Amino acid sequence: MELILECLFNGVAIGSVLLVAALGLAIVFGLMGVINLAHGELMMLGAYSTYVTQLIFKLPALKPFYNAYVIVALVVAFIVSAVVGILLERSVIRRLYGSPLETLLATWGVSLILQQFVRSVPLAYGAGLVLSLLVGFISPFLLPQKLLEGSRGRLVRAASWAFSALVGVLGAGGLGSLVSRLGRASARNVDVTAPSWMRGGIDLWGVTFPIPRLVIIVITFIAVLGITWFLNRSVWGMRIRAVTQNRSMSDCLGISTERVDVLTFGIGSGLAGVAGVAVSLLGSVGPNVGASYIVGCFMVVVLGGVGNLLGTVLASFSIGIMTDLIGAGRLLSIWPDMPTPLASAVDFFATTSMARVLVFALIVVFLQFRPAGLFPQKGRMVEA
Amino acid sequence: MKGTKQFRRWLTLLLWIVILAAIIAAPFVLPVFRLNLLGRYLSLAIVALGVDLIWGYTGLLSLGQGIFFALGGYCAAMYLQLNSASELPNGIPEFFGLYGVKNLPFFWEPFNSPLFTTIAIWLLPGVVAAMLGFLVFRNRIKGVYFSILTQAALLVFFNFFNGQQKLINGTNGLKTDVTQLFGQMVGSPSMQRCFFWLTALLVILAWLFSRWIVRDRFGHVLVGIRDDEPRLRFTGYNPTLFKTIIFAIAGGLAGISGALYTVQSGIVSPQFMTVPFSIEMVIWVAVGGRGTLLGAIIGAVFINYAKSLVSEALPASWMFIQGGLFILVVTALPEGVLGWLQSEGPRNLLSRLGIARPISTYPSLEIDGKKEINL
Repeated sequence: MELILECLFNGVAIGSVLLVAALGLAIVFGLMGVINLAHGELMMLGAYSTYVTQLIFKLPALKPFYNAYVIVALVVAFIVSAVVGILLERSVIRRLYGSPLETLLATWGVSLILQQFVRSVPLAYGAGLVLSLLVGFISPFLLPQKLLEGSRGRLVRAASWAFSALVGVLGAGGLGSLVSRLGRASARNVDVTAPSWMRGGIDLWGVTFPIPRLVIIVITFIAVLGITWFLNRSVWGMRIRAVTQNRSMSDCLGISTERVDVLTFGIGSGLAGVAGVAVSLLGSVGPNVGASYIVGCFMVVVLGGVGNLLGTVLASFSIGIMTDLIGAGRLLSIWPDMPTPLASAVDFFATTSMARVLVFALIVVFLQFRPAGLFPQKGRMVEA
Repeated sequence: MKGTKQFRRWLTLLLWIVILAAIIAAPFVLPVFRLNLLGRYLSLAIVALGVDLIWGYTGLLSLGQGIFFALGGYCAAMYLQLNSASELPNGIPEFFGLYGVKNLPFFWEPFNSPLFTTIAIWLLPGVVAAMLGFLVFRNRIKGVYFSILTQAALLVFFNFFNGQQKLINGTNGLKTDVTQLFGQMVGSPSMQRCFFWLTALLVILAWLFSRWIVRDRFGHVLVGIRDDEPRLRFTGYNPTLFKTIIFAIAGGLAGISGALYTVQSGIVSPQFMTVPFSIEMVIWVAVGGRGTLLGAIIGAVFINYAKSLVSEALPASWMFIQGGLFILVVTALPEGVLGWLQSEGPRNLLSRLGIARPISTYPSLEIDGKKEINL
């Protein structure tokens, strides 16, 4: 019983990291058909946002609230990744809708640039850049609509961008001088230290549940619930679903598909940032932290079927449980008197990397029977 | 008209003579280090040809060519290791001793034979590619799904080779530069010179082979798959078969390339199967010009050369440049450099700058407006 419980918990824990990472990807890929290879790097940005937030909360003024920094980090990471994601969509991906392979290559280029960016540019400057982008994106909505019209509008827009650039420079300078560690570029991995309440574990029924893992499960749960609610209950969610089903018809009916694209991409990227917070709680944060998750995320999306969140949830949990079952060699402890040849085979796969090998093989076998994943999209799209 | 044709023939002949002379002379002109680099880049041109065949002509973007590249490299390295292990205790390669392995794993045995190895270098990756391809293509998995699956397969192979110390020395890889071949050290300058010539010869052969494929009817079917697969299927062709075959051919080319690269770089390791390396292969082809075989060769050699030059001067900037290249080539130069030159690219640019006369789409329409046009 304890064994099954432990196995289930570990599987769910592995699965929920995968799920929160794959959720944004599933939305962007499932709804827009865009392969975003920079998704891992958006996660990396989220993880670095956690690190920066943590350092800021170590300042004397904010020290009393240090224990709450994880919650603030979730918001910060979401915003940072969403802003970078929107920039990416506006500048590159928008030109490439309808040609997924090209998008794939271009986003890979973006991911390389982002990786090198955090290596060779001080984090404070990066934060300043994101800040100025954020102000620049938001300011048109805050200004009165009248100001933005006509020939004067251009000037106003330029002025607002100049203002946001100024804010960014000031922010970068302030951050760099307040927290000296952010003022220098470093290619080394950094560590996010969990607040005191997140250390240790809870003992229940003879099994220890590590608290960071529990926190990740909670974060994942909230993210999935929030996204489900947003897509199914809100007006913009309805528009997103409409554009997914039939882009040109939605366009004809007056839905601004361009705005929907930006919104979808922003939310997907923001979820990558949230995933980054989760990842930063598990281990050290480096420029490559996202790259190690991206293939796993894609496997979740492929296995789950496109355009279906339930499929994504089931796929990530089944991959998580399978990985734990195989990788930790639990089959042997569940069934101790296994025949010897089978036992040696189980033993051969009982490492994390070999478990990945076997899980992938199983996924390929599964795709032989269900080529479109667990829950294929129904409809008349012959060649989607 | 006849004059131009003859002129072009002479020009081609002259070009070939220059290329051959350059290949023969290069080892005597270039320092050993540069020659070795050039040889490696030329061997990478072979895998780029394979990528061009499957991506440029057939429209299958594989992000897993590193698998086949590394398999070819491992085949060559296993033979070389065995070939020079006979004097060692147990008669097995040295690294096995580190992990307490006494007997040679069974799959090493056939690599005692040079003939088997020469065949295995291209056949083994080809067969693996065919199996992988068949499983994927049979289900009509294509487009980005194919790309993702090949990438996942790459990661699986990487994990497997990385983790198996007792079978193939795991993450350390197999060294070849201190092994013996024909009684000579593989890493020695004279051997490296021979490998350079061999590589150059094989690049030319691979190019001729690829050209023969794409100019044949087989090649037209490949382009058909790329441009409209359902239509091709409705006309009675079986795309699965064609895709599997061309994927296997590309795998075989990658294997040859990997073997040549291994003997010239002195080691084969799971690093050949990392995700970035396999995507880089795609960018060589994209920059050179997909759908043009020469473009693949030029792209592979040129980009790698640029990479080594830039990395020597400014180590940090190469990632920015490479990332920028990916974005640039996709958004601004989708046909690659050679494709751009072949289409009306340069003239378009000149006319946009106001230097050349703009190109008119239907000249007859503008010269003589009254005339009826037959399109």
